[in-house]
Amino acid sequence: MNHGSPMWNNAFGIEWLDFNLSTSLMTIISSIIVFIICVLGSRNLQRRPRAFQNVMEMLVDFVKKVIGDAMDWKTGKQFLPLGLTLFMYIFISNMLGVMIMVVVGHDLWWKSPTSDAASTLTLSVMVILLTNFYGVKILGGKEYLKGYIRPVPFLLPLNLIEEAANTLTLGLRLFGNIFAGEVLLSLIGESLAGVNPPFTTIAAFVPMIAWQGFSLFIGTIQSYIFLVLTMVYMSHKVSKAH
Amino acid sequence: MQTLTIGAAVGGLPIGSMLVQLISFIILLLLLKKFAWKPLLKVMQDRQEYISNEIDMAEASRKEAETAAKTAAEELKQTRAEAQAIIEEARKAGQQQEENIIAAARRESERLKEAAVEDIANEKEKAMQALQAQVASLSVQIASKIIEKEISSEDQDKLISEYVKELGR
Repeated sequence: MNHGSPMWNNAFGIEWLDFNLSTSLMTIISSIIVFIICVLGSRNLQRRPRAFQNVMEMLVDFVKKVIGDAMDWKTGKQFLPLGLTLFMYIFISNMLGVMIMVVVGHDLWWKSPTSDAASTLTLSVMVILLTNFYGVKILGGKEYLKGYIRPVPFLLPLNLIEEAANTLTLGLRLFGNIFAGEVLLSLIGESLAGVNPPFTTIAAFVPMIAWQGFSLFIGTIQSYIFLVLTMVYMSHKVSKAH
Repeated sequence: MQTLTIGAAVGGLPIGSMLVQLISFIILLLLLKKFAWKPLLKVMQDRQEYISNEIDMAEASRKEAETAAKTAAEELKQTRAEAQAIIEEARKAGQQQEENIIAAARRESERLKEAAVEDIANEKEKAMQALQAQVASLSVQIASKIIEKEISSEDQDKLISEYVKELGR
């Protein structure tokens, strides 16, 4: 218990620049793993797909379907790389913390980058900014601004609050689920197994395995939800009012 | 219980790691777009096009085959009809010829018969004439013989038998 985060505050002597080293490290590791998986999966592409290529194509079709459900495929196809990358990155990130957690000293080094609220909020802010960007780009400034006074002008404050709320919920939902999963895993792992070593260690296996299974499920579902919500917010911004 | 600070990232605003997150995600996005998604999507697109082309081609060749089959069936039908007509014609011609031959034969036989009858009549006429002439000369001879000789009864017998003999010859 009582793990801290390896912080590097006021980096390079800059006052506001704080690094959560484990999150940064895991972000980079996760990105590298995603990159390796995806590049391996799209090597030696053939017209008749073999095993790994099949998996990648299933993934593409899956994301395509999610985008197609949210919006017109004509406008939606430019978001396919974004959706694929988001899904893969969040999924792999979620999985990293389920498999193992590495504690050095009192600091938790190996975890899911998505169990850090700062990370998930960064992603959600990025997504919301992108939706606004594409809203302007696809509909034009006038239509985009009109979107804020729909369906009636006095809803403008609510629409503005919605933007902020979307950002917060999108990021915090992911963070909460993954963080809670890790809390419970480390509770089971350390508190239960560490109390009275030989006996409780074995006893801890059952809830450990059960919770890991559940965390895998949660991690998959959460990456799916993040993808779906991203595309839904995107479609609100890029499609004309119905 | 003491404060539960696992991860301990709940508080604070680590701008640095947020920047790391943002930048690494953008880099990841760009790299994957170039090295993974683009080729993958291209292959999928190509396959889709290939399949749709193949379907089009299959459709076209099916149509072609259908037309060819139809033409062939029509031609076969026509040919069969032609063959039937030829056979019919041949049969008719054969019949005609048969009739002609029979008629010709009948005519020929008729003609032969008539000729034969005529011949017979001619011969008969000729024979009659010859016989008449013979009879005339014979009776003259008989008369002259009778007149020539004094005829005894015995002579007469002899004479008659002589004549009969002569007639028998």
